[in-house]
Amino acid sequence: MKPAPFNYLSAKTVAEAAQALAASGGDGKIIAGGQSLMPMINFRLVKPSILIDINRIAGLEHIDLNGGRLTIGATVRHYMTATSGLIEQHIPILHEAMHHVAHMTVRNRGTFCGSVCHADPAAEMPMMTLLLDGAITATSVRGERQIPASEFFTGSLMNALEPDEFVTSIEIDTLPPGTGWGFEEFSKRHGDFALACVATTMRVFDGAASDVRFAMMGVGETPLRLVEIERLVEGNALSDALLDKVAETLSNILNPNTDIHASADYRRHLSGALAKRALRLAWKRAGSHGGSVDG
Amino acid sequence: MDKVTITIDINGLRYTRSIEPRMLLCDFLRNELGLTGTHVGCEHGVCGACTIILDGRSARSCLMLAVQADGMQIETIEGQGSVENLGRVQEAFRQHHGLQCGFCTPGFIMAITDLLRHHPLESDEQIREALSGNICRCTGYEHIVNAVRELANERAPLK
Repeated sequence: MKPAPFNYLSAKTVAEAAQALAASGGDGKIIAGGQSLMPMINFRLVKPSILIDINRIAGLEHIDLNGGRLTIGATVRHYMTATSGLIEQHIPILHEAMHHVAHMTVRNRGTFCGSVCHADPAAEMPMMTLLLDGAITATSVRGERQIPASEFFTGSLMNALEPDEFVTSIEIDTLPPGTGWGFEEFSKRHGDFALACVATTMRVFDGAASDVRFAMMGVGETPLRLVEIERLVEGNALSDALLDKVAETLSNILNPNTDIHASADYRRHLSGALAKRALRLAWKRAGSHGGSVDG
Repeated sequence: MDKVTITIDINGLRYTRSIEPRMLLCDFLRNELGLTGTHVGCEHGVCGACTIILDGRSARSCLMLAVQADGMQIETIEGQGSVENLGRVQEAFRQHHGLQCGFCTPGFIMAITDLLRHHPLESDEQIREALSGNICRCTGYEHIVNAVRELANERAPLK
């Protein structure tokens, strides 16, 4: 299909884009990489009155390190995130996650912030933003506000932005040196959306896991931060018994969909298997010596 | 809706046209300029048949508006070679039987052109992974991988 008619503005500044979005009265759409929005426009699932292009706004294509936080601007494309030395050094789990994001030509155009806004429950960037205690900067003519990642994903393909707001940058935690991490994803073809995926980070002190974070995607209406699993692992040495308990707990708390790609039971099975692998890797990478689990 | 005037450099030639903002870049190439070598398959970014190179990086021309490419440089399959004088990637496809019906081929050729410029392609696994954004229903990919392996082996080292 072909898009329904719309007007188009290539905004020169954030203020101009915010003005145009406010003036559209909720019918306007912001476009950056367009790799999720354009298919919806082609199918006429989305029929904006005006498309406001932010690709040419100067100053949105930045990746900055400030203390323990990393800021990613709205037009940073996936290939830039994937090849950023700052990210490879300070957030190696994000560097790893990028290998699973889409295919080359989509990575060339698609953006980190756009993927988070699209809020696909089986996409990597929303889950990573949630795992790394991200904050989303939403801009409008009314000013700027920061939305915590924990409040941003409100449903499948739904986010907490007001109709006149758009995302200008996203801030995420970097990992302190010595942090272990595990990223395990299963999809049928490389680059496809995940059937299930686990991302976890931890530090290890005196043979016990500490600062455990655990997130999943592909198994719910939104990406999930699973505090139950974090509490289970926190303060303990990783053992086979603990990993079995993690898999059992996941099986009880997750309620994945059955669709043409996989059944709910299969997704639950994958979740346990991937969680064990990811936690083992994180434990090993954190340089533990007191565990009884082989990597 | 208001028409907009755009100017795009394609394979070294400059084109200026007045178009509706909703016109996809692939339709602009095919219907406005008659550059029908760029094929349109799925129109939602899955099949890769419409792949072009935009300011040096491959892109799906069905997921871009022509108006977004205003002022940019584009390479399409027409810039690779001609029937009498095939480009190097096209020649490798011919030698290795990397195509049958040919529908997906322009997209593969443009994606591979980008890959050869930017991607290490150190193993067959990497080649297969790199090609995974393009779908071919005829070849089973084996002969395409063979062509890319030869091209990767003969190219100058990446910077």
